[in-house]
Amino acid sequence: MQKDFLELIRRASCDLPADVIRAIKQGRNAEANGSPSRSALDDVIENCDLASRTSRPICQDTGTNIWYVHHPRSVSQMALTRDILAATRKATKLAYLRPNAVDSITGKNSGDNTGPGAPVIHFHEWSRKSLVADLLLKGGGSENVSAQYSLPNGAIGAGRDLEGIRRSVVDAVFNAQGKGCGPGIIGVGVGGDRATSMIEAKEQLFRLVNDKNPDPVLAKLEKTLHKQCNELGIGPMGFGGSTTVMGVKIGARHRLPASFFVSIAYLCWAARRASLSISGGVATYSQISQQAMKYKLPATAARKGR
Amino acid sequence: MIRIELPVSEKDIRKLKVGDEVSLHGTIVTARDAAHKLMVEEWPKFVEPLLKDGAIYHCGPVMKKTGKSWKAVAAGPTTSIREEPYEAAVMDHYKVRLIIGKGGMGPKTLKACKDVGAVYLHAVGGAAPLLADTVVRTKAVHLLDELGVPEAFWEFEVDGFKGIVTMDSHGKSLHSTLLRKSKKKRDAIIGL
Repeated sequence: MQKDFLELIRRASCDLPADVIRAIKQGRNAEANGSPSRSALDDVIENCDLASRTSRPICQDTGTNIWYVHHPRSVSQMALTRDILAATRKATKLAYLRPNAVDSITGKNSGDNTGPGAPVIHFHEWSRKSLVADLLLKGGGSENVSAQYSLPNGAIGAGRDLEGIRRSVVDAVFNAQGKGCGPGIIGVGVGGDRATSMIEAKEQLFRLVNDKNPDPVLAKLEKTLHKQCNELGIGPMGFGGSTTVMGVKIGARHRLPASFFVSIAYLCWAARRASLSISGGVATYSQISQQAMKYKLPATAARKGR
Repeated sequence: MIRIELPVSEKDIRKLKVGDEVSLHGTIVTARDAAHKLMVEEWPKFVEPLLKDGAIYHCGPVMKKTGKSWKAVAAGPTTSIREEPYEAAVMDHYKVRLIIGKGGMGPKTLKACKDVGAVYLHAVGGAAPLLADTVVRTKAVHLLDELGVPEAFWEFEVDGFKGIVTMDSHGKSLHSTLLRKSKKKRDAIIGL
């Protein structure tokens, strides 16, 4: 499967999903003529076209490589890991990925994107016969502005309720300013422990930008937050303007009575995700991840669904 | 669009104002986290001629080696604020005229822009192949083995590298203006 995984990495790194491009174009049209924000988004659109045509990384920071592999009972996770690591090394050689894994203690770059904790691989066994691998490349600039709130939080008057979640998200997007390469997509994880709360937030980033949360309470909060984050006026790249975020996606997990975490995973405009399905030995690629299928897809995407 | 040839004089840099669109022609040198730490700890001599009246680019590129020459495959800016503790001292020591990156920098760097005579140029974050294609030649690389590909000092000859001045030598910063404005909005939206 090494060859298929390599192609998945290439697609994730070089082809921005159509729903994201559409959202960027909408943002561009919303910015004033002749403004730096509009010109920045024009460059972004041209850049994505160039990256796709020449099979080059959309962004030089090819990010944390986050894999979700859904596999049948008969498949060995050790064999899958071996193939993912081999594909990752090859992708680095071919310059689809930048050498991006650094030993935190010695400062030495491993040179091939592998090492303790790199890449990040989540396995999920299921009862189907096919294998599905979802991949997200998440840039470091946007990771650095991601945040976690432990509620209650006195500074922003956030209690353990929907209003507290709302305040936390607005505050995090404000704090990010232009440093996360906006317009961003905001994944929110509510509940869990400190680790699983952020995992939930990152899983939200696999969703399509224009989908809808089937939970009406969360759907309403997502819509409100999308509007309010844009009212901050930070705009693309922090140049000012009306497109600060392209979407807000919220998921919740059960928590301990003692804890209430709100995790905010900021994803830069270069929302590089791709998906691979292997069924009966045949590989097919898609821009719709398995995680995205749990949500209400927009009509155009649903027709093309797996 | 204002055309700037590198190296550039202090006088020409002081003419630039926040909001100016600039295209660069000449040599720019990449330096990010490890390079900045190294500069302020060791003040290496080899960077002196590279940075005098020159430009530092906050960038960790994707590079491809063919034969003996290196080609920039993807080379957009990285987040600049991480260099805030070091940049003012680096600018003063080496007399750097342009800091190129994304996301803007803080008060120490803004003051250095005023004192040294320099500007901060914001490139489009993530526009990596687009910016890489303005690199017409990789002139040299320094400390590649020690620092690795993203952190090494790459000397890029560029032709038409685009950016927008967001911090100038007159004490103005688009980033602090927007921070103030958006803080008011945040307080209103949150209800503080």
